[in-house]
Amino acid sequence: MSKVLLIAEHDGSTLNASTAKVVACARQIDGAEIDVVVLAESAASVAAEAAALESVKRVLTVENAANKTAIAAVLAPQIVALADGYSHIFGPSTTFGKDLMPRVAALLGVNQISDVMSVEGTHVFKRPIYAGNAVVTVEAPADSILVATVRTASYQAVDGGNSAVVESVDVNVELPTHTRFIELQAGSSDRPDLQTAAKVVSGGRALASAENFDLILTLADKLGAAVGASRAAVDAGYVPNEMQVGQTGKIIAPDLYIAIGISGAIQHVTGIKDAGTIVAINKDEEAPIFEVADIGLVADLFKVVPELIDAL
Amino acid sequence: MDKILVGLKRVVDYNVRVRVKTDGSGVETDGVKMSINPFDEIALEEALRIKERGAATEVIVVSIGSAESQQQLRTGLAMGADRAILIQTDDSIDALSRARALLEIANREDPGLIILGKQAIDDDNNQTGQMLAALWGRPQATSASKVELDGTHARVTREVDIGLEIIDVDLPAVLTVDLRMNEPRYVKLPDIMKAKKKPLEEVPLADIGIDPSPSLKETLFEPPAERQKGVMVDDAQGLLAALKDKGLV
Repeated sequence: MSKVLLIAEHDGSTLNASTAKVVACARQIDGAEIDVVVLAESAASVAAEAAALESVKRVLTVENAANKTAIAAVLAPQIVALADGYSHIFGPSTTFGKDLMPRVAALLGVNQISDVMSVEGTHVFKRPIYAGNAVVTVEAPADSILVATVRTASYQAVDGGNSAVVESVDVNVELPTHTRFIELQAGSSDRPDLQTAAKVVSGGRALASAENFDLILTLADKLGAAVGASRAAVDAGYVPNEMQVGQTGKIIAPDLYIAIGISGAIQHVTGIKDAGTIVAINKDEEAPIFEVADIGLVADLFKVVPELIDAL
Repeated sequence: MDKILVGLKRVVDYNVRVRVKTDGSGVETDGVKMSINPFDEIALEEALRIKERGAATEVIVVSIGSAESQQQLRTGLAMGADRAILIQTDDSIDALSRARALLEIANREDPGLIILGKQAIDDDNNQTGQMLAALWGRPQATSASKVELDGTHARVTREVDIGLEIIDVDLPAVLTVDLRMNEPRYVKLPDIMKAKKKPLEEVPLADIGIDPSPSLKETLFEPPAERQKGVMVDDAQGLLAALKDKGLV
């Protein structure tokens, strides 16, 4: 039987939406029994959210002042101390999981399978490589613990309504003090979260300035959409890094994705391939974005976007 | 600090559109342009800038792979690295073994900082730096976009999902770099000539006691699922009508 330990991602008070997607992946493993561990300073509210997730059997809480912020070097040895008896340890392929899980894997002396996009067997998974230009089937040895991160855009969050047992556990390991959290500079926004929004409007280099990017923001607000950007737009300083969509930014799967003035480099397309409907607006009819678009419009964005805003 | 160690991986060039072999055994690499992993190039640039500011005395580039990786190390030397180490193996080698091999070099060279790219653009694993830091028992600062050194520690800005996170780590530490840390310099012809005279040491992987046999088996390579061909519309009205049709607005 497979026993899966999931590492909950949270901000100290709220469970991140990625965790419910990791559960959705983990429960596809035959006979999986799923525990979620919440490492926090005080875990109650996050644990309650995790306990409500369908298919979760137990929620373990590890409370420690050192867990106030997620420092991989601090969390990893605690997870390793809990690993005994589990066949799999899963985390989300977010910046949180990407930072943490390989550190866990190395301490356990095993390799990691990054960005699981489908479960083919208890130890067989598919994952994207080369910016999504290829998909590889990877088989891990069945006789050692398996550490993986889950590509959250490949999964729909499980429902709530469960009431799993919550248990506090003690972990007695020495924690390093060589890494200190200083601060988080998070863009404050009333807009929907890019990673989980049903609709996303993204702008690219063709916007040509931070001021012009307001067009994208206005259209997004009309649609109730989150705002994204191509790497070029972020590099040019039109918008902050957390808006970047693509291979090295966020991998997202909204119902509707509108790419405006984005050429559609493979590194961008890999971040949106799982979107329900992709709309592309670009004045270059040869732009590669049209190869993946469900609806394409060859036009000047500075003419068309104001028209869309007026019509909505 | 004395030394900065930088990892350089030889990968299929960023601009090549990779194709899966028809028998599913891998991706086409014959006759394909190979380059330094772009993230590693940024890592090297950062190390060179730190040295040029006087905060380090030597930059050592390390690669793990076949003899062909010498090309990428020579490019690294031409960019300004002082010497190179090739951990040589013709076998494919997984992230944990890479981390173990780099640890051997770290133990030998005792660097104040190890800088790697946050991921390689071939396997997209994003693992080696974290694994190395874990095995070394040292801090990690991944997806870094800025580093400020202050004697015994470093203040690092990390690109995270909700914005920027700033952490402070004791040295020595492992840093993995993101795209916006810097823009790597171009290599000039005289530097390429000079680089030929810089030391490049070859260390067989077996000599440092690493078993390269990968624990993960890659059994099948496939092209990604294609999206259905879409429709083109003529104007804003047409676009809105198509979206209404799908119930999206």
